[in-house]
Amino acid sequence: MSLTLAIFVICTIAITGWVSALIRVRKLQHLQAARLAALPKQYAVNAVLSGFIPGISVILGSALALRFSGAAPSGFGAFCAVAVAALGTVVALARITPDFRARVHVESWIKTLLIIASSIAILTTVGIVLSMVFESVNFFQQYGWTGFFFSAEWSPNFRGNSALGILPLLWGTLYISFIALLFAVPVGLFAAIYLSEYASHRMRAWAKPVIEILAGVPTIVYGLFALITVGPLLRDYFAAPMGLGQSASSVMTAGLVMGIMLIPFVSSLSDDIINAVPQAMRDGSYGLGATQSETIRQVVLPAALPGIVGAILLAASRAIGETMIVVLGAGAAARLSLNPFEAMTTVTVKIVSQLTGDTDFAAPETLVAFALGLTLFVITLGLNVFALYIVRKYREQYE
Amino acid sequence: MTRSLLNVDARTAKRNASEKRFRGYGLAAIFVAVLALIMLMTSILTAGLSAFQQTYITIDVALPEDQLDKSGVRDPAAMAKVTTIRYAKVLKQALLAQLEAEGITTTLSDKDVAKILSKEAAATVRSRVLANPDLIGTTIRIELLASGRIDGFYKGRVTMASAALDGNTSPEALQLVEQLAERGWVETKFNWAFLTAPDASDQRPEAAGLGVAILGSLYMMFVVLFLALPIGVAASVYLEEFAPKNRWTDIIEVNIANLAAVPSIVYGILGLAIFINFAQLNQSSPLVGGLVLTLMTLPTIIISTRAALKSVPPSIRDAALGVGASKMQSVFHHVLPLAAPGILTGTIIGLAQALGETAPLLLIGMVAFVREYPAAYTSDAGLFGEASTALPVQVFNWTQRADPAFVERASGAIITLLVFLLFMNAIAIYLRRRFERRW
Amino acid sequence: MTSKISAQNVQVFYGDNHAIKDVNVEIADHEVTAFIGPSGCGKSTFLRTINRMNDTIDICRVTGDIRIDGEDIYDPKVDPVQLRAKVGMVFQKPNPFPKSIYDNVAYGPKIHGLAQDKAALDEIVENALRKAALWNEAKDRLDAPGTGLSGGQQQRLCIARAIATAPEVLLMDEPCSALDPIATAQVEELIDELRQSFSVVIVTHSMQQAARVSQKTAFFHLGNLVEFDDTDKIFTNPEDPRTESYISGRIG
Repeated sequence: MSLTLAIFVICTIAITGWVSALIRVRKLQHLQAARLAALPKQYAVNAVLSGFIPGISVILGSALALRFSGAAPSGFGAFCAVAVAALGTVVALARITPDFRARVHVESWIKTLLIIASSIAILTTVGIVLSMVFESVNFFQQYGWTGFFFSAEWSPNFRGNSALGILPLLWGTLYISFIALLFAVPVGLFAAIYLSEYASHRMRAWAKPVIEILAGVPTIVYGLFALITVGPLLRDYFAAPMGLGQSASSVMTAGLVMGIMLIPFVSSLSDDIINAVPQAMRDGSYGLGATQSETIRQVVLPAALPGIVGAILLAASRAIGETMIVVLGAGAAARLSLNPFEAMTTVTVKIVSQLTGDTDFAAPETLVAFALGLTLFVITLGLNVFALYIVRKYREQYE
Repeated sequence: MTRSLLNVDARTAKRNASEKRFRGYGLAAIFVAVLALIMLMTSILTAGLSAFQQTYITIDVALPEDQLDKSGVRDPAAMAKVTTIRYAKVLKQALLAQLEAEGITTTLSDKDVAKILSKEAAATVRSRVLANPDLIGTTIRIELLASGRIDGFYKGRVTMASAALDGNTSPEALQLVEQLAERGWVETKFNWAFLTAPDASDQRPEAAGLGVAILGSLYMMFVVLFLALPIGVAASVYLEEFAPKNRWTDIIEVNIANLAAVPSIVYGILGLAIFINFAQLNQSSPLVGGLVLTLMTLPTIIISTRAALKSVPPSIRDAALGVGASKMQSVFHHVLPLAAPGILTGTIIGLAQALGETAPLLLIGMVAFVREYPAAYTSDAGLFGEASTALPVQVFNWTQRADPAFVERASGAIITLLVFLLFMNAIAIYLRRRFERRW
Repeated sequence: MTSKISAQNVQVFYGDNHAIKDVNVEIADHEVTAFIGPSGCGKSTFLRTINRMNDTIDICRVTGDIRIDGEDIYDPKVDPVQLRAKVGMVFQKPNPFPKSIYDNVAYGPKIHGLAQDKAALDEIVENALRKAALWNEAKDRLDAPGTGLSGGQQQRLCIARAIATAPEVLLMDEPCSALDPIATAQVEELIDELRQSFSVVIVTHSMQQAARVSQKTAFFHLGNLVEFDDTDKIFTNPEDPRTESYISGRIG
């Protein structure tokens, strides 16, 4: 019996349980004038859940067990699952008496389901870490970690003898993120300041949603924008005339476009943070005869600084993990250079290129993607945890 | 004694000037942001709107029996053995015959004349014939795709000057089409096939469509909706209403906040390692794509659902408990229905995010070239198990092709994607406006 | 004696709400004037018209004539920034900036360019802190954050901050309402000393406080200035029956 079939059988058992529970309750009501301790529906739901939840759990368990042991499916797991489901339903049916408080049991089943649902968040993190750690270990068994972390050369070669140093990729990632932030932070911050301190009601009503549209645009759209518009524009009007390069994909292209993507991110976070600064602080400054900009620069911004730093760190983590813009805008050449008009590549680009197309999960050239992914995950996680901590601390300060 | 208030002193004037400058920076920042949005949209629209138009050439095609069905018995199996190469020849003869009938002469070789039609044209005629074998022996009038370069000529992408340098077309070919057009055989009209047809190979951008990608995206949205919504709501209800304040729930909270900020490509690695390599689900399938996007969307849905639950005032819960409802009943009968609009809005925004996501799907193989419409269920592949692609991935795929006509296709695909997103966000905004409640 | 501040027919509107109705008042130099009245009577609103703090509220509209030293402060030529340097303000809740004690006090002199060099600035800060009776407590920790002081100290810091800007008028909006009795006594003592250098206008909901610190008292009720006279007269022999009921605790 296959597991799929078992699922169908368990569903049938559940429906049978529902119907027979209702019949039994009806009989009880006819037989005895006594009031039941629960609604008929609650008895029925209890009968369904008592069989369904254990049955499905056994199915999941045996599927996992099969996968880990590598044994051929024998039908034993499916049989067990059906047996458990049937048993659970029968027990629930047998317990239908006027005193049985079915609601309490239903609610504890539901609570179990709720707990399982909220554990999925944890499972996801565990899954992310495990999936990358296992393959990274495989990678480091074939390729030295010093070579990976400290080598400045990246030239994968599927015939072997690859140089897989992360440094040029990290450099590209950080350089592009830096340019993105250099553009996004002033623009986003000033936009937030203007919107929260200066703009009229009417202006805020249209400007805020318009800027937020930028946040809803998928990154592939930014990627295409970089590829067909910004790249050629920068090449033809800046790089080529200044003799800095002939490439449309460049650090500058990817950085600028990523900067546009980050504007709404920075501005909406800063907006929240600036608004959290108490009005009393502003009044104190105005009362001393400070102008609005003096108040903002010398009172509001210093007060909001920790929060804004947190927002910038979150934006940096976004930039570092961004993929499609750099895939389409930055180029594929791993290079350590200072010229922003040259094509460079990033960690994310290489994850994509090593894991698409023909992949061989025994070769270090493929496995390196997992080590890259793990590095990326650790860096962004560090930034996120730190930033969220700062932002939370900051909020508490003014609550 | 004191300075008069009526005269602005030099220092104040200077400070006011700096105030003006500061304000100017703020205004400039907003201007830059709005300008960026306008440039982005203009760039995509100008590049992509033409994808919704397509140039067709109408031809009277004679379908000779001796070439297309030698046996003459209209046996479908035998007829299916006749390849598109044979049909291409038939088509070339028909085209030459038409030129002769119209009195158009050209210096082009016969082979180059045939190039004004798309490589897809022969397949179009073939499938028409296979669908209706009785057509053999007759002459049918059929509308066929013009080649990408001819199409580009009518959209302004190809000019006489560029054609002169182009190996795939020539100024003579363009003039030839112009003459056909003067006689009413060429037409540019709305391109439904762009939305319904499957992808086409590198050689025929004019035939490439979004059908498979839209279907694949739709399947994934189903998977995400049916997994992420219940799981997200269940998790939020537990965390917001039932969870005791302890280390475990603290860990879950921090976890969710962090998951929302994990780079999307990491979810792709997770999908590849867990769903494909470990659980051995089908590569490129909407099921795996949907699962990955579900995990990605969950934090968004949980965060917005919890905000919605939080906004329901405690007095509602107290009222329900006060009439003897259990905690569970108060939540499911009263709190959840009141929070529903907020939850729905958050879910739609989460779905919109998932619909536009590209990077993780690349890693689970959805970038493959797929020409077959995936079935929702087959006994071999299971539910949503057939290879497919997705809208944003199709965009990426087209940007990697050599023919510049694919840039138009990619931009057109983005317009389609943006229309879907606009629609979803409009629903979310409507729901928020319509049902928003202030306590 | 000429008055420092002279208000004629002042009306204040918040949107459609007529918050201050036709107020006329003359405030003398080197005196403490107290505004009393039940909450919501408009006394704080009126106080805020004197240094145009109401400008920061979009829907607020002021008509009438307010003159300081004979100059109309609502004249379009008047820069509110300059006005507020001349008319300092202390708020209900102590609101030190998230900076050091020194920087809190130095903030005003810096933005108004009152000090030529660091030494002059140090002197201004020291004088202000001395006048605010905070010097002895704060002199050893000028670099500590102002938010780390106790409530009463914070309020005296805010007073020092206002003094440092060298204003001619000091507006105080219920400066003691967030303070304990001991801190209140200290601040009240301070107010009496400040009278030597400034004209002080204080809003208070405590009649005892008004009686203790002020020379003139104005009683506001529902946006009207009901009575304005010497403090002694108001508290012993009010003319208006509404003032009388408020003083004796029947309304308010």
